[in-house]
Amino acid sequence: MALLEIKNLSVGFDTSTGQFMAVQGIDLSVDAREVLAIVGESGSGKSVAMLAVMGLLPKAATVTADSMIFDGHDMLTMSGKQRREIIGRDVAMIFQEPMASLNPCFTVGFQLEEVLRFHMKMDRPTRRKRAIELFKQVGIPAPEERLNSFPHQMSGGQCQRVMIAIAIACNPKLLIADEPTTALDVTIQKQILDLLVSLQAKHGMGLIMITHDMGVVAETADRVIVQYKGRKMEEADVLSLFEAPKSPYTRALLSALPENATGDRLSTVADFMKNEAASAGVAP
Amino acid sequence: MSEIVLEGRNIVRDYHVGGSLFAKAKVVHAVKDVSFTLEKGKTLAIVGESGCGKSTLGRILTLIDPQTSGELLIDGKPINIAKDRITPEMRRKVQIIFQNPYGSLNPRQKIGEVLGEPLLLNTNKTAAERRELAMQMLVKVGLGPEHYNRYPHMFSGGQRQRIAIARALMLSPSLLVLDEPVSALDLSVQAQVLNLLADLQDEFDLTYVFISHDLSVVRYIADEVMVMYYGEVVEYGTREEVFSNPQHSYTKTLFAATPKSDVESIRARLARKKAAA
Repeated sequence: MALLEIKNLSVGFDTSTGQFMAVQGIDLSVDAREVLAIVGESGSGKSVAMLAVMGLLPKAATVTADSMIFDGHDMLTMSGKQRREIIGRDVAMIFQEPMASLNPCFTVGFQLEEVLRFHMKMDRPTRRKRAIELFKQVGIPAPEERLNSFPHQMSGGQCQRVMIAIAIACNPKLLIADEPTTALDVTIQKQILDLLVSLQAKHGMGLIMITHDMGVVAETADRVIVQYKGRKMEEADVLSLFEAPKSPYTRALLSALPENATGDRLSTVADFMKNEAASAGVAP
Repeated sequence: MSEIVLEGRNIVRDYHVGGSLFAKAKVVHAVKDVSFTLEKGKTLAIVGESGCGKSTLGRILTLIDPQTSGELLIDGKPINIAKDRITPEMRRKVQIIFQNPYGSLNPRQKIGEVLGEPLLLNTNKTAAERRELAMQMLVKVGLGPEHYNRYPHMFSGGQRQRIAIARALMLSPSLLVLDEPVSALDLSVQAQVLNLLADLQDEFDLTYVFISHDLSVVRYIADEVMVMYYGEVVEYGTREEVFSNPQHSYTKTLFAATPKSDVESIRARLARKKAAA
């Protein structure tokens, strides 16, 4: 049985000009020990879909789905209290901006131990020990001293490591990483991706990787979902997606990669959709 | 050989990090002894990780910060802003575009004013002329005259970067410093902006200094590549030389860290994973 199974998920936002549908009828399932990548441009609803799973959307959003089941729990009908017990312990999320997701007023050690205190009910010395162990696992040098640092005293890559440490603190079954490396340099990106994939393999987690970077997909994913304007365009395993993309949108995304440039110009998704529509004889 | 627009000779920039009662002052060498030449109409890419001094060098080239020592020549004329006043003519020659299109536009300024301001400050053009030029520039960067009276929050990231490009081009510069112009943008929007930059380079015969950490973009756009590491230039050559035969170990590390999206690498990765499981 799948770890997370979502059927026909839709998310709408109430705006002054009527309802805006950010996600329209997405089906999604992740198994334990699987890396699923969700790819799409900004505004394609990839983050919103995952925020709906976490229950982190604002009140203006209406979430509907036929079913949304995580590890035997129905996420649609559960109470806020039940949800808070699961979120952070069994499902954890890492966000794009590590600096913005840490609280600047508290040390990183405090923020890590908070999770252990709340979910694992550990006492102070056990928490400290576990925190040092986690910092070692994510590759932060001199963990004993770094636990007392504030977020502004660490680099972006280090902060992202702290976020990962907080996310894996309770050995979650599912980790959702929302653009975990977009704000980072290539060399640091490589380190963070390697870390995520090795932790995923070691703990047998399910990992959902939300990204717009086809390179990141190629380096990490087992299976890929391509999303565009709130709809699923294609779902395939990573090899067949890159070898023989079925959807025209996926082909457009791949051809926009600078390394796939033919001739002087890069093809853009807009060009591609226009050509596609012209050849099919319909208006875009 | 065509005309040389930009030349740097042994440029050094040190920052003095202030001491306190108990801590001694430190000197950070942000840029160490950098030399290069750039011909008209070409693109020089400066590559390196954050903190390697590439943006500091960009600020020196744009005449925002002075160099500590060394010579900077623009169109063959030496400039040191620590000693001389810069004339409006000098300012017009070099313009810069920053990484974050959300941070580099004033949220309370209409787009028309954003584009008109460089002309207001540096030229004697009338309001009507400024307006006319701004409208033309909007069309050139792929926006429309109807955007003239809008505010920055009404635009997407890609459109804002187009506005930043338009603003930089208002004074018809010959040299444009692009500090990570596409790293905050999505893949397909990135492709659009790169295409726009290539078109504008042809149209206005612009010279680009392209600062980036993304090697796949650099490979696409650059003629010459300079790799920086801790303030030093570790590799400098034409694109073909650097990409086909990297000499320094740091350049090789950079290449190894760039995600590979060809089918063979994916197949190899999946095979490794299977073997490990």
